[in-house]
Amino acid sequence: MIAYLGRRLIQSLLILLGVSLITFALLYLLPADPVRQIAGRSATPETVENIRRQLGLDQPFIVQYWHYLTRLLGGDLGRSYIQRSEVTELIVSRLPASLLLMVGAILCELTIGLSMGLIAAVRRGSATDQTLMVASFVGVSAPQFVVGLLLLYVFAVRLGWFPIGGYGSWRHLVLPSLTMGILGAGWYARMMRSSMIDVLRQDYMRTARAKGLARGAILFRHALPNAILPVVAMIGIDIGVFMGGIVVVESVFGWPGIGQLAWQAIQRVDIPIIMGVTLVSAFAIVLGNLLADIIAPFIDPRIKLR
Amino acid sequence: MRRFLASTVAASALALMLGMAGARADDAVDPNIKQGGAITITYKDDVATLDPAIGYDWQNWSMIKSLFDGLMDYEPGTTKLKPDLAESYEISPDGKTFTFKLRHGIKFHNGREMTADDVKYSLDRVTNPKTQSPGAGFFGSIKGYDDVAAGKADSLSGVTVVDPYTVKFELTRPDATFLHVMAINFSHVVPKEEVEEYGADFGKHPVGTGAFKLAEWTLGQRIVFERNPDYWHKGLPHLDKITFEIGQEPIVALLRLQKGEIDVPGDGIPPAKFQEVMNDPEQKARVVVGGQLHTGYITMNTTMAPFDNVKVRQAVNMAINKERIVQMINNRAVPANQPLPPSMPGYDKAFKGYAYDVAKAKALLAEAGHPNGFETQLFAMNTDPNPRIAQAIQQDLAAIGIKASIQSLAQANVIAAGGDKAGAPMIWSGGMAWIADFPDPSNFYGPILGCAGAVPGGWNWSWYCNKDLDAKAAEADSVVDPAKSAEREKMWSAIYDKIMEDAPWAPVFNEQRFTLKSARMGGADNLYVDPVHIPINYDNVYVKDVQ
Repeated sequence: MIAYLGRRLIQSLLILLGVSLITFALLYLLPADPVRQIAGRSATPETVENIRRQLGLDQPFIVQYWHYLTRLLGGDLGRSYIQRSEVTELIVSRLPASLLLMVGAILCELTIGLSMGLIAAVRRGSATDQTLMVASFVGVSAPQFVVGLLLLYVFAVRLGWFPIGGYGSWRHLVLPSLTMGILGAGWYARMMRSSMIDVLRQDYMRTARAKGLARGAILFRHALPNAILPVVAMIGIDIGVFMGGIVVVESVFGWPGIGQLAWQAIQRVDIPIIMGVTLVSAFAIVLGNLLADIIAPFIDPRIKLR
Repeated sequence: MRRFLASTVAASALALMLGMAGARADDAVDPNIKQGGAITITYKDDVATLDPAIGYDWQNWSMIKSLFDGLMDYEPGTTKLKPDLAESYEISPDGKTFTFKLRHGIKFHNGREMTADDVKYSLDRVTNPKTQSPGAGFFGSIKGYDDVAAGKADSLSGVTVVDPYTVKFELTRPDATFLHVMAINFSHVVPKEEVEEYGADFGKHPVGTGAFKLAEWTLGQRIVFERNPDYWHKGLPHLDKITFEIGQEPIVALLRLQKGEIDVPGDGIPPAKFQEVMNDPEQKARVVVGGQLHTGYITMNTTMAPFDNVKVRQAVNMAINKERIVQMINNRAVPANQPLPPSMPGYDKAFKGYAYDVAKAKALLAEAGHPNGFETQLFAMNTDPNPRIAQAIQQDLAAIGIKASIQSLAQANVIAAGGDKAGAPMIWSGGMAWIADFPDPSNFYGPILGCAGAVPGGWNWSWYCNKDLDAKAAEADSVVDPAKSAEREKMWSAIYDKIMEDAPWAPVFNEQRFTLKSARMGGADNLYVDPVHIPINYDNVYVKDVQ
């Protein structure tokens, strides 16, 4: 176990290093000159060169990357070119909002997805099953931008149940969580359904029924705990999907998280922020996968960590 | 400058023996407007910085103007210069020395009195390369600038503190734009002790002398301005509080405005909803329309064949159907025929430009040796409506035989291609087009049409360099006497007319501004389309519900 963990940690670090190198190289190769963006239209060539020197952007690629890495180890992600603030400060101030949204989204997708999957499995082959599966398919394929605006229009503008975007109370959290959750709910409904059907086929289920247990007891005490575990173990992997989703959903709802920060930075080619957010997201994804792998054997003893 | 002339001509005539001087009585603030109330403005993007030496986008430009002041400013809603922190100023007869008398008793938000030392410190700071100010180049005419820019000196030798309330500027050449330079944000006065305390984060902790002070800044969420109770201009600002909510998509902002939750959507009316808003009489009544110091244009690289032939460039000018392009963007602009926008002093009303004439364009192209046209590339920024406009231009060019392929790229990449001599044959400037830093005709020349900008990494994307015009521009800018400003404007008009003869650009349109406001917002219309305050002039607007 310890050896496995050590190996996985080294792997994770290598992945992060690779991500940083590739992102840094891609941004370096962009045919856009950040110095000219900082310097503005009225700057003289001397001003431009001065700024370039101060930022160390006149150095060769490998030197720039090395400087970035050494600063990174000290927790310094550099200063934003456009906002001129510490990237660490910008990300840290926005992380809580993104994490909150993530928790909200996980709650939504589990509640909706698991119940849909459960009902569909129990009513397997019926019209209810088919309707639910079509709905899950729509949920998986609907663009989040559209879902978000639709929810916003119906529940905030027309019905006035929730605020029109923004951040601050639980009422602000509902619509963006739902928008994020609908995508995941679709996946979970499908996984839950097949997992549940598998479990219902098992011998011990037949035994339980033969013993004359009530239907509710069979489903909730014997089937559900067995069916739900492999599904829940997927949450760690979900983080990758979330990281993609928050960029869109946070922008639609004016949610002050790192997705919104990333989107603005991409539009303005604010390289230090793009780097910072990419690394933080990569870290979250690697961590999520690692957790999913570590949890797996506890859920299913047949899996061994090696 | 024409309106500036009217206000100062009498003073100038009297003062000519001693040099020129300008002074004014305090602007009258309507005493019937009661102070109070709060408004909410929304923006999609984070506010970059509120440091006057650094902020250089249309979003923070106006916010900085409310937190800080400069020696000069403009009459609200106009392009007419007026002294601001300065009480009066004097210009020497040779136009190379400007002496400003400061008002007494002006206080920074931290309570300390502002003096001439602060003016000097602020200019030393903005020109110091360590500050990395995008506006340092504006101060190039001040004596000692080159040494500071090169890092050889810490202080501008041409700025002298005569006494705590007098500051003197010596220039290396007569500079007619200098009063404008003293009005742009980069010259706004900052307190040394606060800059030193916050260092590079001063932009997040701005302290100035302006009408408002920063009360709250929650990153990514909101910025709150509160009225500065010690503001020297009695009666201003009218509002107690302005809340800027950040991260709001324009479409969401519009929905919130319709529900009465906000007062001005800072990013304007989203293009997709423009017709809907304008077709609704109730909403249309709350839209204020105004000119903008903006021109959208097509550059043609005059160093690249076949655009090195003036006839080809003129043919392109005649081939573009500007009316159609303006219609495509829902008439949010007016067709342009010269580099200067109509609201800019020096705009030549009599100038007709190149009329849309396909037959004549074809004939010119044939004369230039391209009867069957040629193939070329048109670069454009990749955000709506620019790709659509580029397509319209492409079709217009195809009608005279020019086959242009469109390179639709991110803004920074188009800028990079333009600054490379062999980079881009043609560029549609939309999304990057020139919006003047200050309302003076010279502002459309230097970096974008003069030789100084035709360098690698420069903004003169047509690489047009006419030494003769450069000399004429310098000559025009040496006419410092405000009494001769009409003459100076004529000189500038002639320069732009000559440029259009050489046709390095095909000017396409001048964007109009459409500011949508809530029903409770009060104040003259021109405060909502103020040429130097986008979206609105925060200091002078008021709300009707406290009246």
